[in-house]
Amino acid sequence: MMIEELHKIAAVERDEDNRFQHHIHVCMETACIASRSDHVKQALTEAAAGKPCRVKGVGCMGLCSAGPLVKVEPEGVLYQGVTPEDATEIVAKLGDSPVSRLECDTETPFFKRQTKIVLENSGLIDPERIENYIAADGYLALHTALNTMTPAEVIAQIAKSGLRGRGGAGFSTGLKWTTVAKSQGERKFVICNADEGDPGAFMDRSVLEGDPHAVLEGMAIAAYAVGASQGYVYVRAEYPLAVERLKLAIRQAKKLGLLGENICGTTFSFNVDIRLGAGAFVCGEETALIASIEGKRGQPRPRPPFPAEYGLWGYPTLINNVETYANVAPIIRKGADWFSAIGTEKSKGTKVFALTGQVVNTGLIEVPMGITLREIVFDIGGGIPEGRKFKAVQTGGPGGGCIPDEYLDMPVDYESLLKIGSFMGSGGMIVMDETSNMVEIAQYFMEFSKTESCGKCVPCRVGTAQMYELLDKVVKCEATMDDLLLLERLCDVVKNTSLCGLGQGAPNPVLSTLRYFRHEYLARIQEGNRETAFVSH
Amino acid sequence: MKQPSSHIKTLQIDGQDVGANQDETILEVARENGIYIPTLCEIEGLSPHGGCRLCLVEVKGVNKLLPACVTHVQEGMEVFTNSPRLQEYRRTILELIFSEGNHICAVCVVNGRCDLQALATKLGMTHVSVPYLYPRRSVDASHDRFALDRNRCILCTRCVRVCDEIEGAHTWDVSGRGVQAHVVTDLNTPWGDSDTCTSCGKCVNVCPTGALFEKGKAVAEMSKKRGFLPYLTQMREKRSK
Repeated sequence: MMIEELHKIAAVERDEDNRFQHHIHVCMETACIASRSDHVKQALTEAAAGKPCRVKGVGCMGLCSAGPLVKVEPEGVLYQGVTPEDATEIVAKLGDSPVSRLECDTETPFFKRQTKIVLENSGLIDPERIENYIAADGYLALHTALNTMTPAEVIAQIAKSGLRGRGGAGFSTGLKWTTVAKSQGERKFVICNADEGDPGAFMDRSVLEGDPHAVLEGMAIAAYAVGASQGYVYVRAEYPLAVERLKLAIRQAKKLGLLGENICGTTFSFNVDIRLGAGAFVCGEETALIASIEGKRGQPRPRPPFPAEYGLWGYPTLINNVETYANVAPIIRKGADWFSAIGTEKSKGTKVFALTGQVVNTGLIEVPMGITLREIVFDIGGGIPEGRKFKAVQTGGPGGGCIPDEYLDMPVDYESLLKIGSFMGSGGMIVMDETSNMVEIAQYFMEFSKTESCGKCVPCRVGTAQMYELLDKVVKCEATMDDLLLLERLCDVVKNTSLCGLGQGAPNPVLSTLRYFRHEYLARIQEGNRETAFVSH
Repeated sequence: MKQPSSHIKTLQIDGQDVGANQDETILEVARENGIYIPTLCEIEGLSPHGGCRLCLVEVKGVNKLLPACVTHVQEGMEVFTNSPRLQEYRRTILELIFSEGNHICAVCVVNGRCDLQALATKLGMTHVSVPYLYPRRSVDASHDRFALDRNRCILCTRCVRVCDEIEGAHTWDVSGRGVQAHVVTDLNTPWGDSDTCTSCGKCVNVCPTGALFEKGKAVAEMSKKRGFLPYLTQMREKRSK
């Protein structure tokens, strides 16, 4: 694949698009398909037959709660809650005034306050057509990297951009790539961690379903930078559509010589295979993920040695998250300075969040780092429904914490969230209102950690089970103050002695709710005391 | 040209200056120097597991606790093995282990010869302050000579590792997650029906508790013979040289 061929594919694709006066984009991701967007697309295609209008399946447009979403370009009219019966009307009104009863206002902060890098193509291109991705400057970055940059220059660009791991821990991506590049090994591997499992999180799924080539291109650039020739995408089997689109994307990229042997006419070769997760949350931990790919029981091992030195089958291995890879091509294409101009001093770029819970606009958002939680919840999210009061926002999944309203004006970046007892995590963001009970929330997350603990180390295996039982006692108003002390003691032990991030993070939902909502625990304990006092009289 | 390099590291463990080879772990160096670090899943001759978390130590300048069994020495390291905080953590971890299974020493075949019991005594665990979970666990007595009582199993995986790494049979493995995790033979078939088990008894002898024992032994009658393990590893290392 030479640069001329790449440009030619893009030109042909654009010419084809220009033949049509109107383009109807229908969201074809899991959330919208669940509300029958596939039928909507079918109906629109039939209605548009013979008209100068093209119907296209695209990735997530963000406002998942209002699905199925349909967008008419170039007018930029967004329709929400579309049914197959609306198809003829939508097509008939093309170029005319839009169908007002279906119209969704795109001038709201939900659409205006976002900055899209990872999701730049999501909702615009057809994820099942590589030509569509190429027409949106796809694979240009790979071509540039392979033909005009040395591996060291690629790493330098990534390091300079300030990109940090989007899986949650926020390790410097440039530094990680350097360590893998410097590690000695006959072979090296690149792994994409798509084992997204936090409750309420669907960022990686959306990226894979909406723009799979962006992830593949990022992986190929990473492989070139660190000297790897084989890549794996470890994706959970619960994401069948993502797996299907990824498989298709790999096939298409291979056919065009953008993956496989001698990519872009250079000596660089890189193949990608898919490995399916079997439903264990802990396999999102990198050493457990590697064990799982190797066909072993998915459980973590102590680090060091880190995968960068001793990874898949003992070879140096680079593991990054889906969203991290999706940031790579834009950085190479637009430059490190462009990227580092977005965000805060220590956290650059954007972050994708799955905004869920008691908030008006639930869906997928991408915001610049440093935005405040208040802007996310009240501007983008549209606040709490039915005029109820905001109580807390939970970030970081089962290893994260609940943040109360007094910290709503804090900027969202890796350090700030850590400081207040939460965690960036992979991007799940659950909003809770006054009807939520925080002890029950803590118990819910503890149940998750308890069930997902692999059982290898004692504090996580037994500690989470014990903490769950204690929380259960509090919820049922059967706990005493001694139980609360024991709960705090166990939080300390499990946090500091567990082997991997699952156990080390498991106490966080309890610790953060104890820190900000202690009175709710105490109320339930006092309630219990009163009842016992009554019985003993 | 021969480059000068240093494989010897000097460090401090509990204030004591010690020398070590760079391939050695903190635990190995501590043992050479008579410094005690409690361990449970670790056993000489098998690969480290890092699961019991009893050998966690503090290292100056590192904000996390590190498992001594897998952490390699570094030049100038200052290691603390027995701070009040570590003692407290270790006792709690032991309490968690006792609360998880059904450990009733008075009726156990290894009473008085049990690694877990000895460790509890040594670390001053006087009582269990967390509630007992009283799980329902199964017993497998289908093997001719040995039996497995999962009530006493602490999931140290010594049996899994010795069977895989020394005997080469890999009869044992772990099934299930979290507190539901348990050891199984073959693909969860009864031990007596196992096709791979060679009945060598190594698993029984490395087991730290009375979970694996010889049939026909009454309370406190079972003692575990461990001498074979360092001997076997030594002989293998010699042969591979």
